[in-house]
Amino acid sequence: MSAEPARACVPWAAADMLGKLTWNAIPFDQPIPLAAGSLVFLVLIAVIAWVIIRGHLPYLWHEWITSVDHKRIGVMYTILGLVMLLRGFVDAIMMRSQQAFAFHAGGYLPPEHYDQVFSAHGTIMIFFAAMPLMIGLMNFAVPLQLGVRDVAFPTFNSTSFWLTATGALLVNLSLVVGEFSRAMWLPYPPLSELRYSPGVGVDYYLWALQISGVGTLLTGINFVTTILKIRAPGMSYLRMPIFCWTALATNLLIIAAFPVLTATLGMLLLDRYVGFHFFTNSAGGNMMMFVNLIWAWGHPEVYILVLPAFGIFSEVISTFSGKPLFGYRSMVAATMFICLVSFLVWLHHFFTMGAGGNVNAVFGIATAIIAVGTGVKIYNWMFTMYGGRIRFTTPMLWALAFVLTFTLGGMTGVLLSVPPADFQLHNSMFLVAHFHNVIIAGVLFGAFAGITYWFPKAFGFRLHEGWGKAAVVLTVAGFYTTFVPLYALGLLGMTRRLQSYDVAAWRPWVIAAGAGIIVFCGALACQVMQLVASIRQRESLRDLTGDPWNGRSLEWSTASPPPAFNYAVLPNVEGEEPYWQIKRRAIETQQLAAEPDYKPIEMPRNSPTGFITAFFCTVTGFALIWHIWWMVGLGLLGAYVVFVWFAWRDRDEEVIPAEEVARVDRARRRVRAQWLAHNAREEWLAVHGQRETA
Amino acid sequence: MGKSPAEARDGASSGSFLRASRCAGVLLLCVVSLAGCAKGILQPEGPVGGADSKILLDAVGIMSAIVVPTIVALVVIAWWFRASNTRARYQPDFVYSGRLEIIVWAIPILVIMFLGGLTWIGAHELDPYVPIQSSAKDPPLDVQVISLDWKWLFIYPQQRVASVNELVIPARTPVHFYLTSASVMNQFFVPQLGSMIATMNGMQTQLFLQADHRGDYYGVSAQFSGDGFSGMHFIVHAVAPADFQHWVAATRQNGPVLDRNGYFDLLRDSCDVRPFTYRSADPSLFAAVVRRQLPPSSGPSVGRAGPGVRAVGCG
Repeated sequence: MSAEPARACVPWAAADMLGKLTWNAIPFDQPIPLAAGSLVFLVLIAVIAWVIIRGHLPYLWHEWITSVDHKRIGVMYTILGLVMLLRGFVDAIMMRSQQAFAFHAGGYLPPEHYDQVFSAHGTIMIFFAAMPLMIGLMNFAVPLQLGVRDVAFPTFNSTSFWLTATGALLVNLSLVVGEFSRAMWLPYPPLSELRYSPGVGVDYYLWALQISGVGTLLTGINFVTTILKIRAPGMSYLRMPIFCWTALATNLLIIAAFPVLTATLGMLLLDRYVGFHFFTNSAGGNMMMFVNLIWAWGHPEVYILVLPAFGIFSEVISTFSGKPLFGYRSMVAATMFICLVSFLVWLHHFFTMGAGGNVNAVFGIATAIIAVGTGVKIYNWMFTMYGGRIRFTTPMLWALAFVLTFTLGGMTGVLLSVPPADFQLHNSMFLVAHFHNVIIAGVLFGAFAGITYWFPKAFGFRLHEGWGKAAVVLTVAGFYTTFVPLYALGLLGMTRRLQSYDVAAWRPWVIAAGAGIIVFCGALACQVMQLVASIRQRESLRDLTGDPWNGRSLEWSTASPPPAFNYAVLPNVEGEEPYWQIKRRAIETQQLAAEPDYKPIEMPRNSPTGFITAFFCTVTGFALIWHIWWMVGLGLLGAYVVFVWFAWRDRDEEVIPAEEVARVDRARRRVRAQWLAHNAREEWLAVHGQRETA
Repeated sequence: MGKSPAEARDGASSGSFLRASRCAGVLLLCVVSLAGCAKGILQPEGPVGGADSKILLDAVGIMSAIVVPTIVALVVIAWWFRASNTRARYQPDFVYSGRLEIIVWAIPILVIMFLGGLTWIGAHELDPYVPIQSSAKDPPLDVQVISLDWKWLFIYPQQRVASVNELVIPARTPVHFYLTSASVMNQFFVPQLGSMIATMNGMQTQLFLQADHRGDYYGVSAQFSGDGFSGMHFIVHAVAPADFQHWVAATRQNGPVLDRNGYFDLLRDSCDVRPFTYRSADPSLFAAVVRRQLPPSSGPSVGRAGPGVRAVGCG
């Protein structure tokens, strides 16, 4: 076979300028991606046009795009995560409906398209929905909880976000320019090697992940530094809220695991671009190395996602039970235990490669041992609720739905850790059901709990409770109608990623799972309605005091939304749950603490560095995918110049004068004083009255 | 599987709990699968499948003993301590209890220790490379398996015949599989017979399976391998040993020849291949594939270097 037939059929010389890119790259003959892509493109153009015409561009540029404020970046991460969640959900609808129609038939998606859909679904959901949601919530809440003004490296933080957005953009670009990977969400070689995946799909995957991976690694460094080095006075490690502990564990995992991912994908890139033989079928390549390496990142990744969610649930359950977290130190220990052991279990993803009894047994037992840490957490959440006064708000309902559903998912996970059981369930629909069980119930419910919990802090008004509760109920119902059938299908021997099938016994279950997706659509509608209704009724949902939930950690002590500098003076922390102590003291003494001595505050200046760097990285990534080498050079040069320019800046901070700080904080104190006058007397009586009876 | 008398005695003493837990497991999974009539891994037809699913149900049972009460307790506690329940006592200071902490850590640890034992024994006894202890006098039947894009090739080195997408084996006789791949990774899996195993280019894996009864069993690839993956299934016909000899004799009568040229023909991409047999097969072929003396398949011939979405090989 000729190596380069494409070059020969290019009719004009200038085509070399564009590498592999020709009009063939646009799928004019494929109505589904073309229509979907055009729709997205039109919506995007409409939004941009609206922004420009209404004159919002300067506001967007100064307040959001160039913002280095951790709260703004957190919100942008979360929005990116939600948008990508929607994209991944559309893929899910396509997969479930394809299988529902594909009994003894081709369905409506041919294999070459279906394979892209499930590869994109996994990639997008993990890297561009779940990760941004968790990182976004950490971004928003961690500095507030630590009682500080920002993260350690604010401009890096902005760069991280925009690099993640670059990755998401490249993945979505593949919808209309070229194709996406057909080699699964983890591109196992040799299928992902040039020989078996000659198109640009795998390259889209690899460069999107390499670029966003840099952003994620920067986030990890940023947050570990922040948590270890920047905390309010008096906040020792064992006074940090549990969410900060889980964020610390997650970011330690990011620092340790993401370089492994980058190196592994880098080796695959070398194979694909310059003819190396790390994982090929020839010249001594060995694909088992890839599988080991990718899971050495992949398993910690699961905990990178779920640990912050555990933190959110801990905060939510404690707040809405009206109690401190039960066994706080035990929870910290369990978190760090999971953080460590998550690196020792990767082999359970390929028990069926024939490693032998000893190896399989050791990794099976190590996997089950991780469940100890999770089990401890479940019991501690249970005892947190025990003796509480539980308010069933939307975040609390997400948390309860999580504990109940996740326990089942954990159980099927431990089941899969037993090698002989895995020998029959590996890569089956049972496995698919299992990891959706833990990721939906853990990460997604966690994200929704976190969003509803911190929404009033971010925007100054609460989300609508009725629609929120309806969303919880429908999501849980949708989850069980979709994934219980998948468990059953796994037991019936159905493997994952089938574009069509001819086993009659599977059919009713496949259709049931398809019906579950319809329920999920209802849940999505409720989420949208929740947002619409909340914005319409924002005046009645307004959070005036900054403490809408009767919270316990520091973020509730500042205004909603917080000022750019978070705290007029850094709070002095004297124990666990510092804000709860401040509140108790105010109620006991019936007055706020004395007005502090306001001083000017230095805050980092906004910077377009992140955005412009990401722009050049997008150019570089696109050029690398299409082998447009001059453009690669241009993009790299641009990104480099931006950083040199940033490094040469002579003014990196701006000062907020003391009067401004005083004005903002006095407004907050006025509202607090009103609250104290109205409610504190009753609270005082309630507490003291109860002590007498007790 | 053969058991020594001592093992059997142990089994009897610890068996009652396991039996009870297994019942719980079966119950739970039956609710899930309602699959009395459907053929899956819970309707095993061989010793490996039987042992695999027994361990699966044991593990479910052991965990259910803890997980079910925990879920019930969670629901009861969450409901009883609702803010509107005036009979529930508010205990905001109940934040630590050393005794409870010990229990909280001990329960999962005990479960995992128990499961760990199950894992250790299971991982060794059911290691795919471990031969099946069989009462059959015949030695195991050797079958060499090569996964190709996108079909399965089964070579019978002793009988010198081969088949594609159809595997005929004698019932009640252990089958010793040697497996490799001519292109990308696949997983050889017959759900009702038991464990699956990966097939990888340049490497050989092994697997022992046995069908206890005559019958047709559905087999699949459990590892996505490209555009033709969905069509990569096959039927296992377990027949009486005498019928197996008849099948071999009949197969030798007609069909193509699997020599190197025949193999190169087969190596080309094809989808949804109807089962067929080779009247003669080169027994050295498998080793040559494992040692990479024969080249791996060359991948899709359509779409190479082309940017667009195109069907490859299956068009």
